[in-house]
Amino acid sequence: MIHFMLLFSRQGKLRLQKWYISQTDKAKKKITRDLVTLILARKPKMCSFLEWKELKIVYKRYASLYFCCAIEQQDNELLCLEVIHRYVELLDKYFGSVCELDIIFNFEKAYFMLDEFILGGEVQETSKKNVLKAIAAQDLLQEDNNEPKSVLEDLGLANIASALSS
Amino acid sequence: MPAVKDSMRGLAVFISDIRNCKSKEAEEKRINKELANIRSKFKGDKALDGYQKKKYVCKLLFIFLLGNDIDFGHMEAVNLLNSNKYTEKQIGYLFISVLISENNELMRLVQQNLKNDLASRNPVHVNLALECIANIGSKEMAEMFAPEIPKLLVMGDAGDTVKQSAALCLLKLFRTAPEMVPIGDWTSRVIHLLNDQHMGVVTAAVSLIEALVKRNPDDFKGCVSLSISRLARIVTSSYTDLQDYTYYFVPAPWLSVKLLRLLQNYPPPEDTTVRNRLAECLETILNKAVEPPKSKKVQHSNAKNAVLFEAISLIIHMDSDPSLLVRACSQLGQFLSNRETNLRYLALESMCLLATSEFSHDAVKRHQETVVTALKSERDVSVRQRAVDLLYAMCDRSNAEEIVGEMLTYLETADYSIRGELVLKIAILAEKYASDYTWYVDTILNLIRLAGDFVSEEVWYRAYAAKTVFEALEAPACHENMVKVGGYILGEFGNLIAGDARSSPSTQFQLLHGKFHLCSPPTRALLLSAYIKLVNLFPEIREDIIAVLESDANLRNSNVEIQQRASEYLSLARNSTQDVLATVLEEMPPFPERESSILAQLRKKKPAVEDAIRVRARKAAAEAGRQLRPHLPLAVARGVKLQGDIAGAESNTDSDLLGLDFGGSAPAAAAGGGGAGGGSVDLLSSILDVGVSSSSSSSAAPSAASGASAQRKTVVVGAGASGSIVGEENWHKFVCKNSGVLYENDILQVGVKCDYQQSSGRIVVYYGNKTPAPLAQFASVINLPDSSLTNQLGIQVKPVGDRVGASEQVNESSEMDSATFFQHWKQLSQPEQECQKIFQAKFPMDAETTKTKILGFGFSLLSNIDSNPANFVGAGIVQTKSGNIGSLFRLEPNQQAQMYRLTVHSIKPGVSKRLCELLETQI
Repeated sequence: MIHFMLLFSRQGKLRLQKWYISQTDKAKKKITRDLVTLILARKPKMCSFLEWKELKIVYKRYASLYFCCAIEQQDNELLCLEVIHRYVELLDKYFGSVCELDIIFNFEKAYFMLDEFILGGEVQETSKKNVLKAIAAQDLLQEDNNEPKSVLEDLGLANIASALSS
Repeated sequence: MPAVKDSMRGLAVFISDIRNCKSKEAEEKRINKELANIRSKFKGDKALDGYQKKKYVCKLLFIFLLGNDIDFGHMEAVNLLNSNKYTEKQIGYLFISVLISENNELMRLVQQNLKNDLASRNPVHVNLALECIANIGSKEMAEMFAPEIPKLLVMGDAGDTVKQSAALCLLKLFRTAPEMVPIGDWTSRVIHLLNDQHMGVVTAAVSLIEALVKRNPDDFKGCVSLSISRLARIVTSSYTDLQDYTYYFVPAPWLSVKLLRLLQNYPPPEDTTVRNRLAECLETILNKAVEPPKSKKVQHSNAKNAVLFEAISLIIHMDSDPSLLVRACSQLGQFLSNRETNLRYLALESMCLLATSEFSHDAVKRHQETVVTALKSERDVSVRQRAVDLLYAMCDRSNAEEIVGEMLTYLETADYSIRGELVLKIAILAEKYASDYTWYVDTILNLIRLAGDFVSEEVWYRAYAAKTVFEALEAPACHENMVKVGGYILGEFGNLIAGDARSSPSTQFQLLHGKFHLCSPPTRALLLSAYIKLVNLFPEIREDIIAVLESDANLRNSNVEIQQRASEYLSLARNSTQDVLATVLEEMPPFPERESSILAQLRKKKPAVEDAIRVRARKAAAEAGRQLRPHLPLAVARGVKLQGDIAGAESNTDSDLLGLDFGGSAPAAAAGGGGAGGGSVDLLSSILDVGVSSSSSSSAAPSAASGASAQRKTVVVGAGASGSIVGEENWHKFVCKNSGVLYENDILQVGVKCDYQQSSGRIVVYYGNKTPAPLAQFASVINLPDSSLTNQLGIQVKPVGDRVGASEQVNESSEMDSATFFQHWKQLSQPEQECQKIFQAKFPMDAETTKTKILGFGFSLLSNIDSNPANFVGAGIVQTKSGNIGSLFRLEPNQQAQMYRLTVHSIKPGVSKRLCELLETQI
């Protein structure tokens, strides 16, 4: 099972954290700090897998963001890489060429999407269509909100779509 | 941005503000402003509508995720759960999942809401509740919901998404508290979810089934054939069949991997049809690996290979089909030279497992050259690490010399992070597959030359070959570990090469001693042991060695260990007959479990620090049945702490070789003291009576510093038999702690350290010289109150009478629950067994300090027994020679009056009173 998933920027800023094994706040901060330092120090062509304590770390960089998962010894590293990729695809499809700012400004959506895809540290639904359908259904359920939402558009965003096609 | 429907404008503005902050301080300021704003909104009179509440809760969440602490807003988040608007509920649940800890008092409210939502007819609400339970997954939730959720899972009419969430939610609760998940009707039905039409349901359910299988494989045996048929359907399907469950032309990789994983919990199927079917599946997967790829994207190859690696794991797990194993191996062999680092890494890892199977071991060995190349050329240390692992796994008698050679070469340049482990691996292989000694010794010595720092004691003391080590020592510079090996080996086996004029006894000794001054104290101490061994082997160099031992550098060394060894080896060398020497310094026996300890170390990666020589020496001493006397180093120390041990006769296994009394001086008194002490020594009560009288003549003491005329003045430090300087309060503090300073003045500090086991105790008195000059003619005398057993030099132990004066040490604490406590409490309520005191607090009434004191006193503290949490309740056992005395106590502080009421119940009359009196002095 996945023990936790972290998204952080090249500057080491944490953008999303999801813990599937309960940890104290202090432990969370320490783990995050350790892993961010460890991963940012690695060179581009290096292996995406690391042994770390009793766990295996699987990470991948998409544009300015690092996605990092901790899995157990018997778990499949390659498939975990694709868990990360599928999550990126889901974000990309939902936001339309997702970039780091989308995740910052709509962090709650990023969490909701993750819950539809992975639950309790296990993959729940791998179909992109089904996950997006569920999120779309949630969006439909909310009351009409007339506020404009141009904030993001104002902010000339670099997107990470190009990273997705590699 | 068409899809994003629900922007909370205020939130977006706040986030932009934060992003625009130029400095950490500005950001902090902005956050504090926002927190103040939200706080006032929540506290304000104006009722907030759902949207506002949601927005503020969301802002708090954002602030928390930035790494700040949030100490309010929890109630508002819980309120959101009551909303019938989905997004408000959703934000409420998100806040709770991220921010509320399991034992928060609001959890009850949350659980009530969860219960309502689970029962809702609206599946999206049910799902929200399930996801929240899965995210928190506390024990309490398991208790409350685990019995309910199986219904959702196997009920016909629940929607697919509910089933998915229910399966994984139950899995999470099962992992938290397996005993809470009931076994019942549903367990037999759950495996049929493997046949469910909805792939998402199967994907979620397999994970749950695997966890259940691990608890009780026999109950779920049916899942084997079901999984195999499901797997067969997937691997034979074309990529269009499974629509959205096909991932980059790979049909359902997640489900396939989970099914292959599930099957690794069982042996190969007994039924031939099923077994063949599985073999076909696995072959199909292996075949696909060599087909040309359907896409050039890395996602395609990753997903395909993920399934392949899992299939290979299953093949290795079953370990029954040689052809599959060999095919798997050749496939992995190809990956070894793949362009992708990830694949090379995984191939090396999987091959390690293949190497352990008898069917594929030889097939793995064929790739040796490639693996060696990987070791030399991989740029990523984690990949090189895997290569080392694989070489280690594929090593056997036929290729050991080559592999060990390669590993040694690699060691020269290896990263520091993996050296320790590499050294161990080389040592194990060298030992396991040594065909001749020359090779083995060369290997070990190479190890030490290349990576001395990483060679643990475990490794070095195994090496024995006196000649080679002698040659190695002749090199002008050698690592300290080499000196250790040399010292040890020559001390044990130097005689074997003494016949050769080039390595005569005195050359051996000179060679070792030539390195002496370069070594650290532990090595020097070891060398001293080697020297005394040489005295035994070669009586002709005895005088040379005595000269070294009695040199000031050793006999007066500031290191206690060296000083002790030097002084006692000296008396051993001077006073003993050849027979005594031969017995005490006899050759070490061969180490029995040669492999196990290194291997265990590799497993634990925790170096053992046992100094084999000393252990052995102690044992020899004990066996020889020598009279043991606690030792007191000669009083010539230079500004160091002298140490006196008080030890009962029963502790002779702890005594040092150095404690051997060869001179036969005053053994009777010492033995008498020890013997009479027997097993029970009332040490703490005797320490009261210990008059620490140390007379010290110091030629350089300030008061006597009237020139070099050696005018001697006796400074009496410490108290006479009256113990008047060591005042009452000074010994009182040892009631609650086991070490501390007993007495201190400008010249001397006297410290005490005690430890107790059952009714015996050991007290060590330390004397520290605070002056810059040495204290000469230092002597320590212990005067016992009714002392007829006074010995000038030695230290005595006072035999204890029947008196229960030992009650100062309540040294075994007891654990019990409330019912037992009160039962005992009532049993011991006879008037003479009870003692109650009400007294003024002598120290500030701080609960933590009191707790520490009570625990130090030896009582256990029992919580949840007294209805008033401020009271202290506990129990302990006073252990004496004549029996164990159980005692219970209750301490009730009264903060206003600054008073305590203490009640002690004890089996023996008088003990309660004594305990009461003692405790009173402490709090």
